[in-house]
Amino acid sequence: MISALGGRTIASVSAMGQLSLFVWQMLRWLVVGVPQWRTWRRTMPLFYEVGNRTLPVILVTGTFVGLVLAVQSYDQLRAAGFEQRMGVLLSITLVQELGPVLAGVMLAGRVGGALTAELGTMRVTEQIAALQVMGADPIRQLVVPRFLACLLLAPLLTFFCDVAGSLAGWFVAVRLKGIPSGPYWYYIRDAIETWDVGVGFAKSLVFGAAIAIIACYKGFTCRTGAEGVGQACTESFVISFIVILMTDFFLGTFLSGLYRGIYGFKSLV
Amino acid sequence: MVSAGSRAGSGNEAVVRLVDVHKRFDELVVLSGVDLMLRAGETTVVIGESGSGKSVLLKHIVRLLRPDRGEVYFHDQRIDNLTERALVPIRPRFGFLFQLSALFDSMTVGQNVGFPVAEHTRLSRKQVDEIVARKLAMVGLDGIQSKWPAELSGGQKKRVALARAIALEPELILYDEPTTGLDPPRADVINELILKLKRELSVTSVVVTHDMSSALKVGDRIIMLYQGKFIFDGTPESIMRCDNPLVRSFVEGRCSEELLQALHEKGEA
Ligand SMILES: Nc1ncnc2c1ncn2[C@@H]1O[C@H](COP(=O)(O)OP(=O)(O)OP(=O)(O)O)[C@@H](O)[C@H]1O
Ligand SMILES: [Mg+2]
Repeated sequence: MISALGGRTIASVSAMGQLSLFVWQMLRWLVVGVPQWRTWRRTMPLFYEVGNRTLPVILVTGTFVGLVLAVQSYDQLRAAGFEQRMGVLLSITLVQELGPVLAGVMLAGRVGGALTAELGTMRVTEQIAALQVMGADPIRQLVVPRFLACLLLAPLLTFFCDVAGSLAGWFVAVRLKGIPSGPYWYYIRDAIETWDVGVGFAKSLVFGAAIAIIACYKGFTCRTGAEGVGQACTESFVISFIVILMTDFFLGTFLSGLYRGIYGFKSLV
Repeated sequence: MVSAGSRAGSGNEAVVRLVDVHKRFDELVVLSGVDLMLRAGETTVVIGESGSGKSVLLKHIVRLLRPDRGEVYFHDQRIDNLTERALVPIRPRFGFLFQLSALFDSMTVGQNVGFPVAEHTRLSRKQVDEIVARKLAMVGLDGIQSKWPAELSGGQKKRVALARAIALEPELILYDEPTTGLDPPRADVINELILKLKRELSVTSVVVTHDMSSALKVGDRIIMLYQGKFIFDGTPESIMRCDNPLVRSFVEGRCSEELLQALHEKGEA
């Protein structure tokens, strides 16, 4: 019992060590690669692939989440007489929380799994070993471009999610519930600060980076055989999902504490 | 071509030396104290039953795997403890044909064969294309540059992978089952190619094979791996006269007495 526990501890400690080494090597090649044209030449097709896979689902989910939020919050706010400010609640939630998280989850599901499958297949069929034996570093060649694509596209996808959700909220508030369009936008402009946008941006960068690292690491360390690849994909998605929600909580708590420390409490309504 | 200047002409110099190499994967001991010296210009054939560790042995020579214990030398340089970065200048001097070809799925045949050339030289695209065409012609496949690996048969993949392995005209070529999956005439083309590379470029090679006719044709020396050690090491002539039953059963392609007995016992039970 104790020895089994010890064995598992040792295994997970060594896995953490392996992951740290992986991240460290990636960061080193990232520093080398960012100024190089060929890194971007390898990244371009990935931008297209990542965007193409995720943008439609992100627009759809963003829209529906915006609709649901607006419908749900309208009655409550109207009872309190604050319905003209419902845009504020909606936008803050979208920009700070739901935009980054939804975009992150969609990225993990649509892209993270696919990256793990691709790299896992490359590992199982020894394509990664082939790169290595030809003197081409697999981390530089494969991981750095995928990391860059996820890191840089995550904020953009988050932005699209925010926009889709806000337009859906506007549609419910102004078109269905008859709130005048002028005050609706006025309160939003008044309440949303650069800080809120910054929080969403920071979160989305962290999520994009985490998804790429988890997906690539899982692919690189995938066990042989077709089931090894399948298992790595599932694990990649589940771990990314948990990491997104956990970092969202910790990062959110930390950043709002920081905000209160600097500016004091802010009321949304 | 990168290393043409440093190529040794003499027939006695050790190109590769393995000293007391041990390797295990968890509980599975694959190599237990292997000593091996490969001389310049010599073709060594490695035989042994499936799972005996032939591929693992080859991967130690090119440092795709590191020994748990023991040393690996390339010429006079110890390579088992070098970093990946320090290995990069040595890599183009090895050519490695993977058992499963390991062609890059995301690249065409032409890009696959040209990859090591583009990676290690500053030749223009036109010059690279010429090398690619020449190497593909050597394996009888010129003209399929724009095909994708997924469109090829197993035997064609193997030959493209061979063209890629010899693209930089390495001084040491490791062939992991080069003729498996080829029809007899095509297999013989590969045998002739191995002989030709040896004759014209005095390449040092190691050939892993199950095909005894190929082994006898191309080998200057034959080694048999069994339970982590060499149980035979000698010329093709001497292996025909060897009376070790394990070696005999392999050479004659016949089931050993023990296996036969095991089969009968199962049948009776
Ligand atoms: N990376 C690895 N991790 C774990 N086990 C491995 C690894 N590589 C090889 N093995 C194991 O080592 C043993 C020897 O494998 P190897 O591929 O060298 O056999 P082989 O002699 O080439 O067989 P074959 O003729 O079928 O190709 C096998 O039991 C294999 O499962
Ligand atoms: Mg093998």
